[in-house]
Amino acid sequence: MAIVNLQNVTYKYPLTDSPVLQNLNLQVNEGEFVAVVGPNGAGKSTLCYTIAGFVPHFFKGELTGTVEVAGNESSKSSLHEWVLNVGLAFQNPFNQISGAKYTVFEEIAFGLENTGVPRDEMKGRVEEGMKLTGISDLADRSPYSLSGGQQQRVALTSILVMQPKVLVLDEPTSQMDPIGTREVFGVIRTMAERGMTVILVEHKMEWIARFADRVLALHEGQIILDGKPREVLTSDLLVEKGFGISRYTSVARKAKAMGLWKNNELPVTLDEAVEGFKK
Amino acid sequence: MRVEIKDLQFSYPTGVQALLGVSLNIESGEQVAIVGQNGAGKTTLVKHLNGLLQPASGYVRIGDWDTKEHSVAKMAKRVGYVFQNPDEQLFSKNVGAEVAFGPKNLGFHAEQVQGQVKDALAMTELSDKTETNPYDLSPTWRKMVAIASIIAMDTPIVIFDEPTTGQDATNIARIANVIKMLREHGKTVITITHDIDFCAENFERVLAMSQGQVLLDGKANDILGQEDILATTYVDPPQLTRLGKRLGFEKTVRNEEEFLSALKK
Repeated sequence: MAIVNLQNVTYKYPLTDSPVLQNLNLQVNEGEFVAVVGPNGAGKSTLCYTIAGFVPHFFKGELTGTVEVAGNESSKSSLHEWVLNVGLAFQNPFNQISGAKYTVFEEIAFGLENTGVPRDEMKGRVEEGMKLTGISDLADRSPYSLSGGQQQRVALTSILVMQPKVLVLDEPTSQMDPIGTREVFGVIRTMAERGMTVILVEHKMEWIARFADRVLALHEGQIILDGKPREVLTSDLLVEKGFGISRYTSVARKAKAMGLWKNNELPVTLDEAVEGFKK
Repeated sequence: MRVEIKDLQFSYPTGVQALLGVSLNIESGEQVAIVGQNGAGKTTLVKHLNGLLQPASGYVRIGDWDTKEHSVAKMAKRVGYVFQNPDEQLFSKNVGAEVAFGPKNLGFHAEQVQGQVKDALAMTELSDKTETNPYDLSPTWRKMVAIASIIAMDTPIVIFDEPTTGQDATNIARIANVIKMLREHGKTVITITHDIDFCAENFERVLAMSQGQVLLDGKANDILGQEDILATTYVDPPQLTRLGKRLGFEKTVRNEEEFLSALKK
């Protein structure tokens, strides 16, 4: 059953001439883990904003078609109803942090306060959330005194504690070191295993291949590929359209042209590359 | 122009000891990548190079200038710094004015300013966008404006803080090309990056930092294969380096060319 349902969605920001999303159709089933890839300017962040209700409620502009999450239609719902179902972690955590709170603990509690969660439950959820994302030691720091990677963890945690049905993540690890990235992907996977629907915009192909159920390739506001991670991430179309691909895929493609890669399928992950090159 | 860092220590007012005694030299025209976990002291270190931060002890010299003896405004003649977030450094009403601001402020003659701006815009592929307001551009192009505005100052040393964050493959290639052109112009380039594959493909020297100290410093091929030591500062070797190792290659490989030539053998 589709929890996210976009029908013929076209969207134009105010004061711009051309639409960012063009006649887009997308159904995401409950519990699915969907990754979205695409070059800068393809409309990935706008798609996140649309599912999260910021389009049209916050950004205004012209939206046609229908956007439904959990059976509600966004143009007929208010943003404060919408946030109970969908949580969005912004690409730039600095834009997400409220600016109204002195400590990380309070910042993470901000959404819960605004949705009327009882005090004791709020405290428990914040503590559990910080533990999950590994930031318990930052509880008393100012959100503005943190590094980019730490701010991203705070931004993610403040969404997780809201326990949304649909979790939308816009490049949640862009400012993290590789081990931080690994840890955060572990957290996202845990959420997916608990049944949360996850929509993730990401450039890190290897992680997508390992975790996602399904990958969408977005180009100029349209979905040009939609399928299993391997099918999409090794498609020739991605190279033609200027998408980034995994270095394993890229080097195997060159090796194949030289007769040094024997498999029919190209690899996306390290293990697949090792296995294929050993043949 | 040589960069000389000697016994550099620094603590933030919060008491966090960010640098615990760093000593290293960077020679004129070298291209150095600095890697290491969040909080290792990478940004703190490079902020000492143009005097944004001052050593608690030790010293930093840029050529014959000790950063303690010169203002940040003066250091800007020798060291250009491209911030991680372009929105922290852009403020003019159009791209041309933004890119001209730095060289004008350094006191170059009008003609020189014009020439440097033109070159910087060409290198960053912005020549057709001089009249555009930087905030009407996508974040990708704003990054290029931030880079152009520093390059136009024609400093012998250019610092990039996380230049590839949030950039797609096309723009990462564009940024790599800018770095290559700076190398051809004999500039020293110092880049902080978490993108270890970008580091492997574009830099000959790598510094790995951990907890306020330099953990490893040397040729990229020597450093990037040291999986166990890199892991202590939360860095994984580049993808192709890892693949080469798993396939039992004798030498450390760090780009497609090296990988494919090792594979043929």
